[in-house]
Amino acid sequence: MPPLKVLIAEDSDSDRLILARLIQKLGHQVLEAVDGAEAVELFGLHQPDLVLLDALMPRMDGMEAARQIKWLAADRLVPVVFLTSLSETADLAQCLEAGGDDFLIKPYNSAILEAKIRAFNRMRVLHLELAEQHAQIQRQNERLLEEQRLALRVFENVAHTGCLDAANIRHYASPLSVFNGDVLFASQRPGGGLLVFLGDFTGHGLPAAIGAMPVAEIFYGMAARGFDGPDILREINRKLQRILPVGMFCCGAMIESDFKHGLLRVWNGGLPDGWLVRADGERVAIPSRHLPLGVQDPQRFSASMVVLNTSPGDWLVLMTDGFSESRNQLGECLGEEVVREVLADLGAGQSPFEPLMERISEHTGEPLPADDLTLCCLQIVDDNTEEAQAGRLSESALSGATDWRCVYELREQTLAEFSPLPMLLHICMEVPGLRRKSGEIYTLLSELYNNALEHGVLALSSEWKVSAGGFSRYYQERERRLADTDGHFIRFELSHRPRLGGGCLTIRCEDSGEGFVFAEASDTVSASQPVSGTTYSGRGLEILRRMSSHLQVHGAGNCVEIVYEWMLPGETGHGGNGPMMMENSR
Amino acid sequence: MNDKPHLDVEALAELQDVMEHEFDLLIQTYLADSTTRLDALKTALEEKDADQFAKTAHSLKGSCINMGAPRLGGFCFEAEQLGKSGDLGGAGEVLARIDAEFEEVARRLRHFGADA
Repeated sequence: MPPLKVLIAEDSDSDRLILARLIQKLGHQVLEAVDGAEAVELFGLHQPDLVLLDALMPRMDGMEAARQIKWLAADRLVPVVFLTSLSETADLAQCLEAGGDDFLIKPYNSAILEAKIRAFNRMRVLHLELAEQHAQIQRQNERLLEEQRLALRVFENVAHTGCLDAANIRHYASPLSVFNGDVLFASQRPGGGLLVFLGDFTGHGLPAAIGAMPVAEIFYGMAARGFDGPDILREINRKLQRILPVGMFCCGAMIESDFKHGLLRVWNGGLPDGWLVRADGERVAIPSRHLPLGVQDPQRFSASMVVLNTSPGDWLVLMTDGFSESRNQLGECLGEEVVREVLADLGAGQSPFEPLMERISEHTGEPLPADDLTLCCLQIVDDNTEEAQAGRLSESALSGATDWRCVYELREQTLAEFSPLPMLLHICMEVPGLRRKSGEIYTLLSELYNNALEHGVLALSSEWKVSAGGFSRYYQERERRLADTDGHFIRFELSHRPRLGGGCLTIRCEDSGEGFVFAEASDTVSASQPVSGTTYSGRGLEILRRMSSHLQVHGAGNCVEIVYEWMLPGETGHGGNGPMMMENSR
Repeated sequence: MNDKPHLDVEALAELQDVMEHEFDLLIQTYLADSTTRLDALKTALEEKDADQFAKTAHSLKGSCINMGAPRLGGFCFEAEQLGKSGDLGGAGEVLARIDAEFEEVARRLRHFGADA
């Protein structure tokens, strides 16, 4: 046992002398006080490990000294032992009430004193160890929380809420939900429409959050570049399968909403049933038809989505199993049946979000649901409404590439296997401010590309698509001809020049085909006359004509050049929808 | 009255063991301290301060017990009880006994110290 600092307070000189020598002989250091007041003073100055107090002393008696010493010691455990020849039990009890831990009865006995000092030292050491462990746990806990806050900040940079704030999306997710493995992302698509992903990782804490990071990156990155739901699902699955340990995976659902055509594509892998609640009250279940993400290898993974037709006013409901597994105070789960009940009671066109949340509060008796519940309700809106436009991807930086030119050429087999559109769109999106026009740029690029591929390289006739039988023939023929693209190419030449408040994007698309049907038709009209676009993929030309400020067909008709002039809102100048010229030059 | 011995020789031998060369100092300290307390007891009695009488008797009792003077300690206990009862009627008689016993203890202790 290490030497202890022992404070003794005793007004009898002879008793104090005996006690001091006894304690010194046991190898400890002694501090001597002649009364309670001096004891308190010495305690504050020297922080002793053990205090021995005579009960009756002048100036301040032992009981008052004990109270003050215990108060000064605060969290430290300092045993206080009363020195006494008291023989009445009531007096002894009074000493204990004052904070005394034990008694030492006169006459002093060396053996008993030693045993008591040992016992109190064990208690003191144990208390110190406990306090140290407690402090260590507290430090670790604080560090963990700090790490979580940091991780959350990093995560929020990657996994921002996207367009979850749009007026037609109602959702609940705990601010710390990522640490329970829940993720909810939404992104406007460059061509219009919306992508929503809801995921629920197995596990809790940092491991679940770490899995969420690449999912967020893939989702937002690919969605912004115009990829479809299945492409994104395949990429998420491939990534998670590679990085997650066996037994860890992500239940998830992907929603691709096309407001323009009133279509909803849905994929559910392992989440509870999603629901499409139509404005007329009809309810369509969207059950899980796939294994969760990160389970199957890429070859066996199926990203096929169920297609549903929708009308404005319909609601789509997605949730994690935190909903049905919410427990009340008796520990009973809410159950999935309740979701059906709540949805069945909805009024026409009523949002299902509030009733579902209320039902949870009723069940749990808590104002807010548990951390592991995420609920998302999406209202189908008219494509032209503000909701459909709101939250379109904003420009990521004020400075960036504004004055540039690039050429990108796809050749032969690659033509059949690869779409250049996401990459080309991505290049255009590097222009600050142009991201707001991503829908129009995407449409321009895809019209030019599809015309170059289908009518130029593959020489398919758009007239086939007019009749019902021709439509399937068209696509059969497309597949067949794609198998033989030897010697062919499609070349994109993009250039952008900045202008005050906007810019001018020129896209030139040339292919190795023999020329558009459009070009053959144009031979019959004079160069100065506008050309009828009906034979040149009717709708496509109309779109190009409407959206660009200048359209020119070069050569045999296998090279189309458009000029797209754009302005940020609030700027004055020549906008993208201004008057259009069309030329056919040789 | 009590039939305890004037000195507990065994306890004193132990004290001697503990105090070593300071044993004489201890005895001097005890005698001086006790003389002060005896004066205090007399003052308290004169002033009819029963509480002070009890407290002083209690303190003196403690050191007598520690010093191996159980008979004197016993008389002090009687005095303490009287003080606590608030009735100092028989206190003069007890104090006289304490005085006499202290003289006896002091004589024997000095002797014990000289023997050692």
